Amino acid sequence: MSGSGTTQRWQDARGPFALLFGVPALWLLLFFLVPLAIVWAYSFGRSTGLTDIAITGTLSNYARTSSAVYLGIFAKSIGFAALTTVLCLVIGFPIALVITFASERAKTLLLLAIMLPFWTNLLIRTYALMAMLRSEGYVNTSLGWLGIGPLPLLHNNFAVTLGLVYVNLPFLVLPLYSALDRLDRSLLEASLDLGAGHWRTIREIVIPLALPGILTGVLITFIPALGSYLTPDLLGGPNSQMIANVIERQFKRANDWPFGSALSFILMYLTFLCIAGQGIIARRREKASAA
Amino acid sequence: MRAREPKGPLDYARSTPLRLWVGLVLVFLYAPLACLVAFSFNESKRNIVWTGFTTDWYGKVFDDGDLITAFVNSLTIAALSTLVSLVLGAMVAVALWRFRFPFKPAFEGLVALPIVVPEICMGVSMLVFFSRILPWPTDLPWPLDLGSIVIAHISFSFPFVAIIVRARLASFNRELEEGAKDLGAGEFRAFFDVLVPHMRPALIAGALLAFTLSLDDFVITFFTAGPDTVTFPVKVYSMVRFSVTPEVNAASTLLMALTVVLTIIGLRIQGRDVAEMGNG
Amino acid sequence: MTAKTLIRIEQLTKRFGDFAAVDDVSLEIREGEFFALLGPSGCGKTTLLRLLAGLETPSEGRILIDDVDMARVPPNKRPVNMVFQSYAVFPHMSVRDNVAYGLKVDKVAAKERQARVIEALELVKLEDLIDRKPDQLSGGQRQRVALARALVKRPRVLLLDEPLSALDAKLREAMRFELARIQDKVGVTFVMVTHDQNEALAMACRCALMHKGVLQQVATPSDLYEYPNTRFVADFIGSINLFEGRLEVDEPGHAVVASAALGVPIYLDHGVTGASGSTVWVGIRPEKIDMAPRDGDAPPDQGGGAVGHNVVAGEIRHSAYLGSETIYEIALATGTIVKALRSNIRRYEERGFDDGDSVWLSWDARSPVVLLS
Repeated sequence: MSGSGTTQRWQDARGPFALLFGVPALWLLLFFLVPLAIVWAYSFGRSTGLTDIAITGTLSNYARTSSAVYLGIFAKSIGFAALTTVLCLVIGFPIALVITFASERAKTLLLLAIMLPFWTNLLIRTYALMAMLRSEGYVNTSLGWLGIGPLPLLHNNFAVTLGLVYVNLPFLVLPLYSALDRLDRSLLEASLDLGAGHWRTIREIVIPLALPGILTGVLITFIPALGSYLTPDLLGGPNSQMIANVIERQFKRANDWPFGSALSFILMYLTFLCIAGQGIIARRREKASAA
Repeated sequence: MRAREPKGPLDYARSTPLRLWVGLVLVFLYAPLACLVAFSFNESKRNIVWTGFTTDWYGKVFDDGDLITAFVNSLTIAALSTLVSLVLGAMVAVALWRFRFPFKPAFEGLVALPIVVPEICMGVSMLVFFSRILPWPTDLPWPLDLGSIVIAHISFSFPFVAIIVRARLASFNRELEEGAKDLGAGEFRAFFDVLVPHMRPALIAGALLAFTLSLDDFVITFFTAGPDTVTFPVKVYSMVRFSVTPEVNAASTLLMALTVVLTIIGLRIQGRDVAEMGNG
Repeated sequence: MTAKTLIRIEQLTKRFGDFAAVDDVSLEIREGEFFALLGPSGCGKTTLLRLLAGLETPSEGRILIDDVDMARVPPNKRPVNMVFQSYAVFPHMSVRDNVAYGLKVDKVAAKERQARVIEALELVKLEDLIDRKPDQLSGGQRQRVALARALVKRPRVLLLDEPLSALDAKLREAMRFELARIQDKVGVTFVMVTHDQNEALAMACRCALMHKGVLQQVATPSDLYEYPNTRFVADFIGSINLFEGRLEVDEPGHAVVASAALGVPIYLDHGVTGASGSTVWVGIRPEKIDMAPRDGDAPPDQGGGAVGHNVVAGEIRHSAYLGSETIYEIALATGTIVKALRSNIRRYEERGFDDGDSVWLSWDARSPVVLLS
């Protein structure tokens, strides 16, 4: 009966299927898709009163997002996310390398050490950074004893970048590590044996072979960084707002829900674009290696 | 005592510059948290210069009724959301693992969607939903007043549980379930006697993750919560926006301690499985 | 062939924790020879090879290649290249790029590089597959890529880690000759690791047999087979009948060993440099034991030695027909089982021995080998 494959046709067990599939699907529909659909609909609407929104099918909300101010904010957000990802890669790669080649015991401890901040509340981590960076914070106080400063470390683009790297580093180290760990060690040895130095081996053997894992890491760092709200909100200055902060303002203060909805969906589309891009690159690589 | 073995060409873990780098990064990751904990025991309210040891700030935290309420709310929300997420996540995982049905890849993609959708988008969608479609009454008795937040948390938590459990089920020997049914166990008995024990490590890992995600969430809660329901992150947020105080340090330290304890319990319960999850 | 010494290994030890994978090994490998490191798995032979390549660092001792101490020379600077057991062909590079990699690293000019890549691929007969990716190649072809990739660098020494182990039987046979041909052609010193004694005996000029990290014996294949110096070597190489005994007579011209297991004294035509009366082991290879039908009680004449030596009666318990030869297991009156091998120079039907037959076993006084440990 189960010879044809490992799965069962849903018609063969309607009762269990209805329960197992139906309940979560219903939840997803009601408490995830419907809310998003409303936001999507609102993005084509217009505020007609304090709380009333008429869905008119207008594209004016989207037109507004292409004004210089908002384009600038999108560009800035992408810039922050990209810079964060690059920094995390540069900082995280040597760490992943060390973890990969560490002894079993050290490996577990290092992974735990990298993971633990990730399990710690994001708000607390951001707050801890604020305490470090503010002008009467620990860093500036220490610098003050040396006769330097105080340096403007908080409420600027530097603080946002630092914060984003601080928060997202574990996201990148873990996939990098698992990509490196899967590499056949004899390939690295062969490269050394053929006369290549360590840099060259990393550049020509390790990175190309670990690329799928690296891309996954880039994706799962870039996407949350792009949609960051808390980090720019608490660490940034008036000049370092990201998309999420603008969206929040539309919903909570400016009370322009249709425009906020349009901004939300542009952020969503950007996210999907990144995922699709990664998928295409991965598939092209697969095809290239199969050709 | 024998001298240490000389290092081989690929012993990157023993290269001095790389070790220094790892050390620096660990300092970068932990110094802010260490300072935060240290200064929660500092006498000075100014929170910069060490003036002496005290536990007064912890006393203040426990006297702060709002903070305690927020803390209890957060734990309640996390517990409820974890419970439902586990059930829903396990159901999705078993459904995907066991059945063939039309549009299965689409459904799989849909389940993963809450994981990739930016928090802020999910947050505003919940805000809109609970203000326009399903207005959550504000005068409900505790803990029903937390309902909207719990629902929102379940929506972003259970897909994580589903993925973890699904990965675990991939290693399940289907003949075991069929064997159980052969022996006369009904659909339900087979499920609970055979499948659930196999899923157990993944369920624990999933529960741990769901609990942490819920406890950690600020953005979605910030949009979903009414003016009268406050969770710990939301409360801390309102406190830190304006000042850095030792009281916040103390409250944060308590939450961090809780997180560490939870993590250790999780690792203890199933040791390797969580580590493997991290690797995957 | 008495060429100059190319590799000199001096008291080399490699420990992993408390375990000595290579234990105080001293060894010389000569220029241009095909050298085999032989031993059971886990004997340290691969570690020794990796030490030569520089992929492991010695705990003690040193390695000299062309009289240069390799202690401070990293693997990428050694005049040594390796063919890995897994081949380690770079999966993201074409055959051409794999072979060219080492030359590119050495900054060989494009034109010369091209020519040398083609030359190396012709050597391994792979020039037609130059633009293939490794996943389009068979295991044997991948191995040839690895071989070409290493040889194109014109190393002083080529290291081969179990080069034939992953190939099927037919291909293995062909590759044996192929490797010998290639070595002949390029004249590079080959050092091969193998656990397969047939491989080592068939291909190598000299073999080193290792056991538990310790070098047991270094000799030509025939010396290793005919003159093993320990019971381990005798037993590992081929098949042998070992009898424990006591050295009764030890003269320069002959020796006699009494063995309770055999029941008759063993007469040897040469002296043994062991103290008289000490415990020794005598090994006799199965093919060196002659078998004759036992009709009467008179043993066949042995010539040379005294009558009553080197002849023993037994009964065939078991036989295994292997095509070119048949192996017999013969039980002696003492209960000891002796293996004897007869080439099937005539058709099987005419061989004349059946299970249960009574036979005389005898051997030449030159055949037994006396082992002191």
